[in-house]
Amino acid sequence: MLIQHALFYIFAALAIGSGLCMIFARNPVHSALFLVAAFVSAAVLWILLEAEFLGLALIFVYVGAVMTLFLFVVMMLDTKSIPRREGFVRYLPIALLVVALLVLTMLIVVAPQHFYMTSISPPIHGEDYSNTKALGDVLYTDYAYAFELAAVLLLVAIVAAISLGFRGRKRNTKAQRPQDQISVRREDRIRLVKMTAENRLKNL
Amino acid sequence: MIHQAILTLIWIVIKIVVILIPLILAVAYLTMAERKIIGYMQGRIGPNRVGWMGIMQPIVDALKLLLKEGIVPTKSSRYLFLIAPLVSFTAALVTWAIVPFQPGVVLANINAGVLFILAVTSLGVYGILIAGWASNSKYAIFGALRSAAQTISYEIAMGFALVGVLLAANTMNLSQIVLAQQGNIFHWFWLPLFPLFVVYWISGVAETNRAPFDVAEGESEIVAGFHIEYSGISFALFFLAEYASMILISALAVIFFLGGWLSPFAGIPVVEHWFAFVPGMIWFLLKMTIFLYLYLWMRATFPRYRYDQIMRLGWKVLIPVTLVWIVVVGLMVELHVKPWF
Repeated sequence: MLIQHALFYIFAALAIGSGLCMIFARNPVHSALFLVAAFVSAAVLWILLEAEFLGLALIFVYVGAVMTLFLFVVMMLDTKSIPRREGFVRYLPIALLVVALLVLTMLIVVAPQHFYMTSISPPIHGEDYSNTKALGDVLYTDYAYAFELAAVLLLVAIVAAISLGFRGRKRNTKAQRPQDQISVRREDRIRLVKMTAENRLKNL
Repeated sequence: MIHQAILTLIWIVIKIVVILIPLILAVAYLTMAERKIIGYMQGRIGPNRVGWMGIMQPIVDALKLLLKEGIVPTKSSRYLFLIAPLVSFTAALVTWAIVPFQPGVVLANINAGVLFILAVTSLGVYGILIAGWASNSKYAIFGALRSAAQTISYEIAMGFALVGVLLAANTMNLSQIVLAQQGNIFHWFWLPLFPLFVVYWISGVAETNRAPFDVAEGESEIVAGFHIEYSGISFALFFLAEYASMILISALAVIFFLGGWLSPFAGIPVVEHWFAFVPGMIWFLLKMTIFLYLYLWMRATFPRYRYDQIMRLGWKVLIPVTLVWIVVVGLMVELHVKPWF
């Protein structure tokens, strides 16, 4: 229990710290990396809550896939040419309004009384309890339609992204045909010629 | 209470040391094996000067790397440059925590084992990406981008191949995956999941950036890729990470498809008793060496893939194969095809 408490405080502090650093870092690549650190610490907190499936999925999906692609883009940017802190004062009122709204909704939605923080004790399960199985049981029975809907939404997003990105093949461009390359035999490329050996001494 | 906690911590640290020291030694002698085997395959003898038959070569190499000057390029991003090899190295070692060597011999017997592997291997990309960016060098960033793109692409194929294993074993716990393959060599998952086995192996080679998928290093085009600016101990860390993950991919291939610590002769009348004295861990290590040899063999045999061919193979060949075979595995599990399910 002691170790778990220590882990909680360490990773909670890391999550908040890297979240703040992400906002205040001047270099976008550093920001992205701090966001990665925040994700990882959040995943550790979830695992401490015995939600290991969600925690690992968070790392796998967000850290492993989303943030890598994000870093890809950010690393390609020329960070020196981007003007910084431009229009900070001008947009400050709007930003404050948005922040206030966000904080307000968060206070209403995730208020302690909704979660009965005082009455619910942390979950304790036996060693053979697998929350992956528990999650699967609920996901494919009670929430089957919602799950399928989410899947269809993602499929639509994939199709949309591909159709936006793919403009069709340009005319008169040369491209390799892999099937032709694979089916090439030695005889297509090399011609063996039989000839008599040159006799240098005779020519002299 | 506090004594208990400290004792548990010390015990865990001891276990970690017991796993890591043989691992580091294995890495050292894998480099030696690589140079010798590829040497013989190419009609050379490989290193043979230091010690008997060159047996001390890896130790000398390690000493050389440790004593070399560590250089940080002036225009680099200093902290990230130094953190990158650590990230790579940690990610390569952490997964060993859940590898079961024998029944009960495992550091952390966690339920979501397969997911843990996928999560940690996806963290390993960051070491390479950060190294490439922080070096502030054209070759380094090209190597990093190539490597990251390749890892992301092959992760999908590998993930799907593992979905097949999950379907067959009905669990994500690595020890239980091995136990689900109970029986002799024909009861293991490599037979019913053969296409997935091949896909797993190819994507494993691609994920570790080894030949023929080593465009990330590509000596002839981008010099050494992401670790071009590294020297001394920070280079050694990248090197260790690469070889540790090679050994890891081999170990996981054994666990998922070749029955882990199980004896290949179990249940065969007479032969079973001849080999009954062999401990499970020896079988496990023997099976691992098959894959490690395969790594070296492939490196000595195949020319490097072209970049577009790598992407084509990953997305257009391996992923469709896994998608089809997952359905087949599902059917086999549902129909209880003997002797596997």
